[in-house]
Amino acid sequence: MRVRSVRPPIYGVMAEFNNPTALVNAAREARARGYRRLDAYTPFPIEELAEVLHLPKSKLPLIVLIGGILGGLTGYLMQYYVTVIYFPINIGGRPLHSWPMYIVITFELTILFAAISAVLGLLGLCGLPMPYHPVFNVPRFARASRSRFFLCIQATDPLFDRKATEDFLESLEPREVAEVAH
Amino acid sequence: MADERPLIDEELQPEPVIAPGYTFGTVTDQIASVVLTRRTPVFWMACFSAGFALLLLLLWSVALLFAKGVGIWGIKIPVGWGFAITNFVWWIGIGHAGTLISAILLLLNQQWRNSINRFAEAMTLFAVACAGMFPLLHMGRPWLFYWMFPYPNTMGVQPQFRSPLVWDVFAVSTYATVSFLFWFVGLMPDLATLRDRATNRWARGVYGMLAMGWRNSVRHWHHYETASLLLAGLATPLVLSVHTVVSFDFTIAIVPGWHSTFFPPYFVAGAIYSGFAMVLVLAIPLRAVYGLEGLITEKHLDNSAKVMLATGLIVGYSYMLETFTAWYSGNVYESAALWNRMTGPYAGAYWFLITCNVVAPQFLWFKRVRGKPILLFLASLVVLVGMWLERFVIIVTSLAQDYLPSSWRIFTPTRWDWATYLGTIGLFLFLFFLFIRLLPMISIFEVRTLLPQAKIEEEGQA
Repeated sequence: MRVRSVRPPIYGVMAEFNNPTALVNAAREARARGYRRLDAYTPFPIEELAEVLHLPKSKLPLIVLIGGILGGLTGYLMQYYVTVIYFPINIGGRPLHSWPMYIVITFELTILFAAISAVLGLLGLCGLPMPYHPVFNVPRFARASRSRFFLCIQATDPLFDRKATEDFLESLEPREVAEVAH
Repeated sequence: MADERPLIDEELQPEPVIAPGYTFGTVTDQIASVVLTRRTPVFWMACFSAGFALLLLLLWSVALLFAKGVGIWGIKIPVGWGFAITNFVWWIGIGHAGTLISAILLLLNQQWRNSINRFAEAMTLFAVACAGMFPLLHMGRPWLFYWMFPYPNTMGVQPQFRSPLVWDVFAVSTYATVSFLFWFVGLMPDLATLRDRATNRWARGVYGMLAMGWRNSVRHWHHYETASLLLAGLATPLVLSVHTVVSFDFTIAIVPGWHSTFFPPYFVAGAIYSGFAMVLVLAIPLRAVYGLEGLITEKHLDNSAKVMLATGLIVGYSYMLETFTAWYSGNVYESAALWNRMTGPYAGAYWFLITCNVVAPQFLWFKRVRGKPILLFLASLVVLVGMWLERFVIIVTSLAQDYLPSSWRIFTPTRWDWATYLGTIGLFLFLFFLFIRLLPMISIFEVRTLLPQAKIEEEGQA
């Protein structure tokens, strides 16, 4: 389903929890209620959350694989081009295409390109750098990077209803429920 | 699986790696407070000033080097490599422990690494920065360093890709880049923590920009965990390859004492040996001064000491094998080179290195020694000296006395050799203490995962 053309008045509703178990249970409950546009915020990675929220598998390994292959090809072909075509040096009739000697640089460039694509891929998939995001409008959200666990149901969710969703989140016994302004 | 005895499960329970009593909040506050405070400890001031003073010495000697050339050093043919390459190999070896801790121990799921990986990675970066300077300064015309890279140029020439020295350019520059990326990716969530906790507008702005909008979303973490594992998987073969390529600088040459197939593993073991020594030299004073004994515990010191002992034994074995090969090969030049090392003009350095690298670490067998930070600190200093001497002995003795006695010449370092070397120690201290003051020296989010309350309790689920 496409995002509604009319911008909802708020970004969503956010509940704050004390511990990771409460958050995972709350996220599971919200999924069971039919909410789909959910996001959770935690001070450290929690594997169970990705499962509960049914996040698709990360595409990063594919990006890194492609980066690595490109790096390897760049390394090998660069050396081939330089030693065989552009600047051939005949030393006692030894073959110009001396592939065993190309291994080290081919390997290093494979790693280099793969690592750079891992980092750029990470930033791209996370949508970073992002100068502004509405969740930071909740003053207590700063604790997501310290000790608190947040669940946010976005207003674009088809089931979202300002009152009903807030009541639902309150029923999960959070520390606090807050509206997230745009 | 079901009838497995519970006893085994209990034994497999890992013992806690950080002290009990911490919460997510207190861990965060304690580590972040080192950075987000106006108060700077006297210890920091002292170390930073010492580093800065030595950095000025480095600038002085490099300025003189640029003005007068490499003649200010003691290098003369046949000893063309001298201190510069000794220092290069020593520094880059020290860097290896950082990558080992951050990448290899991550893949092996060794959770105790979580409280020492950050500063060990920083150590890697700064050690590689120091290492990388030496081959450049040693080139004679350092300002033309870019000639080492293949780029279209009006001279119509290209680097020789069959030379291990060119491999080194690629290996070391890749290592520096990947180490930086790995370190920065590891920092992102902690930069977000500092952004959220800083009260100073300026600090919040700078940390905020560096954190790039990281908001601890489960979607971020999902990709983030994949990225860390992939980077660790890439850094692991890389770190092993870098010192292998460094050892190729020697083994591919036919100089007696260098031309040997066991150099790659020998160099890698030595690198990790000296690197862990540096980790201990840095960690022991830091944990005492900043009161981090609950996070960098005796267990971390004990484990690092054990790695040091294990790699030290491999290094000792390599010395034995080197001697054995020289004798067993029946090659007169090989055995003469070894004999010269043991009894010739550099015999003092050789036996001192054996004492430092082989005899001294044997004390680490004893738990009582490993449990005393001050003794560990001293042992690590001894190992660092020993490993520097090892690189010196390998490089200088083989070059000074090779095949033709008429061309033999003894190398004597000048004061500028020493000044440049001490200067890079200054650069290292300067950068490292800036890092301690400005960035969290322990990975906050990874320590949070070590707390018992980070576990999800699945009981009572529908």
